[in-house]
Amino acid sequence: MAAWLRRILILALIALAIAAPLGQGNYIIYVLTSWLIFSIAAMGLNLTLGYAGQISLAQASFMAIGAYTTALLTLAGWHWLAAMPLGVLACFVIGFGLGYPALRVKGHFLAFVTLAFNTLVFLVLRNEEWLTGGTYGLVGIPRPNLGLFSTMRSLPFYYFTLVVTIIAALAMWGIVRSPWGRAFRALRENPIRAESLGVDTRRITLLAFAIGSMYGGLAGALIASLVQFIEPGSFGLAHSLRILLMVAVGGAGYFFGPFLGAGVVILLPEILRFTEGYYLIIYAVLVIVMLIFVPTGMIGVWGRIRDRFIARPVARADLQQGAQLK
Amino acid sequence: MSQPVLSVRSIEKSFGGIKAVRGVSFDVHKGEILGLIGPNGSGKSTLFNCILGQLEPDAGQVHVNGRDVSGLRPSKLNRLGVGRTFQQLSVFPKMSVFDNIVLAGQEHRGTMLSRLFGPSDAGLAADAERMISFFRLNHLRGTLAGSLSYGQQKLLDAAMAFMAGPALVLLDEPAGGVNLTMLAHLRERLAAYNAEHGTTFVVIEHNMEFVMSLCTRVIVLAEGAIIAEGTPDEIRSNQTVIDAYLGG
Repeated sequence: MAAWLRRILILALIALAIAAPLGQGNYIIYVLTSWLIFSIAAMGLNLTLGYAGQISLAQASFMAIGAYTTALLTLAGWHWLAAMPLGVLACFVIGFGLGYPALRVKGHFLAFVTLAFNTLVFLVLRNEEWLTGGTYGLVGIPRPNLGLFSTMRSLPFYYFTLVVTIIAALAMWGIVRSPWGRAFRALRENPIRAESLGVDTRRITLLAFAIGSMYGGLAGALIASLVQFIEPGSFGLAHSLRILLMVAVGGAGYFFGPFLGAGVVILLPEILRFTEGYYLIIYAVLVIVMLIFVPTGMIGVWGRIRDRFIARPVARADLQQGAQLK
Repeated sequence: MSQPVLSVRSIEKSFGGIKAVRGVSFDVHKGEILGLIGPNGSGKSTLFNCILGQLEPDAGQVHVNGRDVSGLRPSKLNRLGVGRTFQQLSVFPKMSVFDNIVLAGQEHRGTMLSRLFGPSDAGLAADAERMISFFRLNHLRGTLAGSLSYGQQKLLDAAMAFMAGPALVLLDEPAGGVNLTMLAHLRERLAAYNAEHGTTFVVIEHNMEFVMSLCTRVIVLAEGAIIAEGTPDEIRSNQTVIDAYLGG
């Protein structure tokens, strides 16, 4: 896509995000805020999975770590702006540690390792009542107080979240456009070749997990303030799978994929509510049909339309297959 | 004689009960193009992978410019000035030719932090353009590497191996599956690079014409051991080599 067209589209999307909650009720604003927050979480997983090719079923657990760290600190009187970075830092360190198994195991086995980690975090949150409140969770989590700009009401909190999302997206854009981003993609496409070209694939793998986890932590810090109540059930395996679905539906390895994917997973069920009891069935069928016909996600739909009108070269699968068969 | 660029000493490697490499030793000096030939299963690729850190040898040492690099990871070896190409196609198919070339050099520039906060091309745009131009891939600069023909991908693979300005490059069957026109082009470019930069090459190849016209010295492996060593002309007329190839 031409750079000027991309810039116009981004500005149009930001304008749309600014205008979307105007005149809406609290519930719609809550759903839109959730969309932004899950976009951040999916952005992180997109780096780990989409760009670097390392599967993770633990993104919800990093949301939990970010959420609980922020909640505990803000409940102890810390300002959100001081508590959130600690939550994000904790996720970076723990995510770095979770990356170590990825140096030894790949694919389905790595998925199981991360799944086990998600379960472990869930159990710790549920069982360590003295710290986490157990199944009762933590209540009354304060929202950030920014002096003249109070986020206690839903609309200001939405705009606060939008600003955080834009900053997070700009940081991610910087990462994926930098030589690090190129190294992440090299790790996904051909790790042995990348290593032979001097890319420290161990370090890059660990960083892919650590940075992706940081985004999960940031999303967690925001969700704790949005709902003002957290409990372990909000960060179980089903939620990690949901974030994975967002990445897959949006388009793994595409910058805007997580926004589209989170939009489909969060907003589509709400849009389909007019069908009453059938909305989840229709939603599930739509997602299945889309993944069958456009496995590259919603971004792939645009690619298919473009390819119909503009001939452009694509990576040849036959040579790769041929080479593998040698 | 000067210190060898590559010194391989008594490398041994077994897979289960099969001895793939049996105590192989040789030196390669600056600017030399050494051919490593042998029938299928003679241990060439295993030896290559032992030298390059992809496999851990059971015994023996590898020295690059006098430094013991045995057991070093491939990325560290690369940063010490050792480049390689692969027998199989080994480009990054969903990146452009330009990005493939930049990737091949970026880890040799700056620090981890400068690679995060610095320019997207790691300051390598001019070098990358030169390398693309040297291998005459200019018209394919922005094309996805995966959409190139087999021969073009082989050329790109070679260009990537040279991007970081290595002292030593190990080429694993660079001519495999490449048509005659492209092969002549590849041979000419490799010879030109060697003449311009004095880079040392070790080449594994089955294409005898390619090896004999490019290499200054040839080592022949059979059943994991060196059976002959000499100039291309000497190897061509060596009866042991002929027997090993023809099974005589």
